[in-house]
Amino acid sequence: MEIVALQVLNSLFYAAVLFLIAAGLSLIFGVMGIVNMAHGSFYALGAYVTAWSVVAASAALPTPALFLFLLLGAMAVGLVGLVIEPTLIRPFYRRPEEYQLLVTFGLLLVLEDVIRAVWGGAPLTAGRLVDSLGLIEIGGLPYPVYNLAMIGVGAVAALALWAFVYRTRFGVLLRATAQDRRMAAALGIDVGRIYVLAFGLGCFMAGLAGAIVVPSQAAVLGMGVEVLVMAFVVVVIGGLGSLEGALVGAIIVSALRTVTIQFWEEIELAALYLIAAIVLLIRPTGLFGRKS
Amino acid sequence: MSLLRTERLSKHFGDTRAVDGVDFRVNEGEFLSLVGTNGAGKTTLVNLISAFLFPDSGRIFIGERDITYSPVDDRIRAGIARSFQLVNLFDELTVLDNVALAIFAREGKTKRIFALAERDVAVTAEALDLLAQFGLGVKAQALAGGLAQGERKLLDVAVAYALRPKLLFLDEPTSGVSTREKAQIMDTVSAVVRGGKITAVVIEHDMDVVFKYSDRVVVMHEGRFLADGPPEDIRRNQDVATYLLGTDVAA
Amino acid sequence: MIAPQSLSTGRRATIAGVVFIVLLLVPAFAGTYQTQLLTYGLTLAIAALGFNLLLGYSGLLSFGHSAFLGAGAYAVAFMMRYLDIASMELFLLGGVAFSAVIAALFGVICVRHTRIFFAILTLALSQVLWTLAYKFFWITGGTDGIRVPFAKVTLLGGLVSFPGADAFPKFITSYYYYVLVIFALCAVLMWLIVHSPFGKTLQAIRDNETRARFLGVRIWRYRWLAFLVSGIFTGLAGALWVPLNGLVTPDVLYWPQSGKIVFFAVLGGFRNFSGPIVGAVVFNYLEVYAVALTEYWQLTLGVILIVLVTFLPAGIVGTAMRLTSRLKPRQAVSS
Repeated sequence: MEIVALQVLNSLFYAAVLFLIAAGLSLIFGVMGIVNMAHGSFYALGAYVTAWSVVAASAALPTPALFLFLLLGAMAVGLVGLVIEPTLIRPFYRRPEEYQLLVTFGLLLVLEDVIRAVWGGAPLTAGRLVDSLGLIEIGGLPYPVYNLAMIGVGAVAALALWAFVYRTRFGVLLRATAQDRRMAAALGIDVGRIYVLAFGLGCFMAGLAGAIVVPSQAAVLGMGVEVLVMAFVVVVIGGLGSLEGALVGAIIVSALRTVTIQFWEEIELAALYLIAAIVLLIRPTGLFGRKS
Repeated sequence: MSLLRTERLSKHFGDTRAVDGVDFRVNEGEFLSLVGTNGAGKTTLVNLISAFLFPDSGRIFIGERDITYSPVDDRIRAGIARSFQLVNLFDELTVLDNVALAIFAREGKTKRIFALAERDVAVTAEALDLLAQFGLGVKAQALAGGLAQGERKLLDVAVAYALRPKLLFLDEPTSGVSTREKAQIMDTVSAVVRGGKITAVVIEHDMDVVFKYSDRVVVMHEGRFLADGPPEDIRRNQDVATYLLGTDVAA
Repeated sequence: MIAPQSLSTGRRATIAGVVFIVLLLVPAFAGTYQTQLLTYGLTLAIAALGFNLLLGYSGLLSFGHSAFLGAGAYAVAFMMRYLDIASMELFLLGGVAFSAVIAALFGVICVRHTRIFFAILTLALSQVLWTLAYKFFWITGGTDGIRVPFAKVTLLGGLVSFPGADAFPKFITSYYYYVLVIFALCAVLMWLIVHSPFGKTLQAIRDNETRARFLGVRIWRYRWLAFLVSGIFTGLAGALWVPLNGLVTPDVLYWPQSGKIVFFAVLGGFRNFSGPIVGAVVFNYLEVYAVALTEYWQLTLGVILIVLVTFLPAGIVGTAMRLTSRLKPRQAVSS
């Protein structure tokens, strides 16, 4: 019974991470109609930047201050996004979708190697943050407080994102642009600004996911693509372009993953994709997808 | 004997009754015009008959066969073909290939995988002959995407015509072209269609065109039929004058 | 644009014939290593031909063609390891059959979707195969893979074999011709397919799905068949690749492999029949020499890809054809 409780918590932690990534992917797709193949690499970048800066600063700063680097890591990735959208992605909005996919695929290749060039092949962790918060007993079994806190961060992020998109003026502009770019431009909305900010926000969220993961799991090469493939399952199930879909999809996927790992680890991904395929056959646009 | 008939056919979009309980008949061999203001429901009616949309209620029959819910390919086999208001062509194929494809589709040859399309002499000859009828013979090897608007409109009709339907729907075959080209396009289209003994239903805005080419005119207004008769009757019809010609003049 | 015949069919056939004759002569003046490199290139070109039936002719961008390459490769490895088969012809048959089964299954799921969803699904399904190969190590050998030494492979129903350690040069020369002939057959076959009524129908669906439906064409059947044919060509390439490489590991199923196949087409130009062929061969040289020069091979690739799609979307062949037709404007029919 206690094991089940821990498994539920683990799966919620993973759901929080997946949600942040899938929501960013969906946000970017929803607003500008581009599927960012490099999205997982932004997650990896967040993990590496955070782990590296925590390690670098750990001699100089007290441990509680190091938590700030989680946010800084995410912001760094957001900043990279703000630079990449206008320079690399912008020329492609008017071109066929295959070119949009190809350019972000090129970006994925570049980012994967940049990470290798800067940080090398060895795994990088910021485990000190997990240790500093200690363990809590849940039904007699120890569980890291850090993971609990990060489930909280995931929940807060989901709420904040919802409030941002549905309750702020910028959110209205964002949704208007997503609905009809031309109409939005005709109404005087600065579409270019919306695009760059949406892309930056999406990257920030991927970076945040990487940042909160890295204290509990090491940053390793290839983590970006692995998570991209997972995020695809989430958006396929939830519906590409839908934030609610990203949330529900993330919870479903991480729960399924926990169960399959428990009982038959070899078929984890296969089982997930089987579910995704079934969802697609029944509801081609996913659970929360809009008809295009 | 009617070729096609609908019974109390309806389609609503939210509160808008695009097509509202329409009983429509098309007789074999006629050249019929469907007219009305924007939003009168003409295109929706054609969409329902061609399986681009499915109705909320009512039936559609071709001959005695109920085709209300049958899919597109089924209706095409039953002899219904259509062209599109916004020209719908295969832009990166040649003009010849656009028409040849329709012929291959008609003859069930599109699944042939180990034979060169251009070596099918019968199909190529038929396609070239058809293009000549539509005045597009010299453009056969050009890409469809590179044609002028008037030529594109003609090719659009030619592609639908190549299916050799019993009943051909043409959705505004002259929209977006100059007045001079309009007459040219309609002369060509009506000559080919009448020559091929095909029944045609044309959606058209230009009343001069309608009165000149049609055997029968059906006027739609707010999803219903307002008038139905030979051109000379419609010309004298008071309701039509108010609703249709009146608004036209005002606009 | 798919070239509006700026070269006549006759001239194309002449060029293809000349290229084939030159290729026949390669082993006579190139060393074993160069011959081996070109054999790799031709093998990959078969995969590229298959891939481009989807991208160039059907408008479907697959990020999961590693699945078929891997299916073909693992079929060979399994046949050798578990059935003690040595005949290359049987390997090819097995590779084609296995990749056909995988493509038929994946196709049912993938072709109901287009554009982005198609790309996502193909990538995802191929990665499922990758994790299976990786995790069922007692069958697949896991990351150690399965060895398929060339010395155990026989060609032409056992007529040609390569016993002994010093047989490698002989193997390469023989295998080069073997691959060259299969490549030529594949190229002719694919040429036929894309110019058949079926191929034209695919292009029509690519250009305008709605209109194709209103010709009475049942779209998804054609896409599925294209997916199947595409998977089979790539699977055949996977099977041919195995004796050259000598080893099959899950890497052949991993996404970067799919990325490479996409790269072949973009590099050569996917709106041309010969573009992906040229792309595959050039890419192979690029990879071999760039990996020797730089540690950051993926970075190099990424930059090249971004530059290509931004500035030279027509690829090598498309750009070359545009340049030659500019030199001879008389031949440029419409565009």
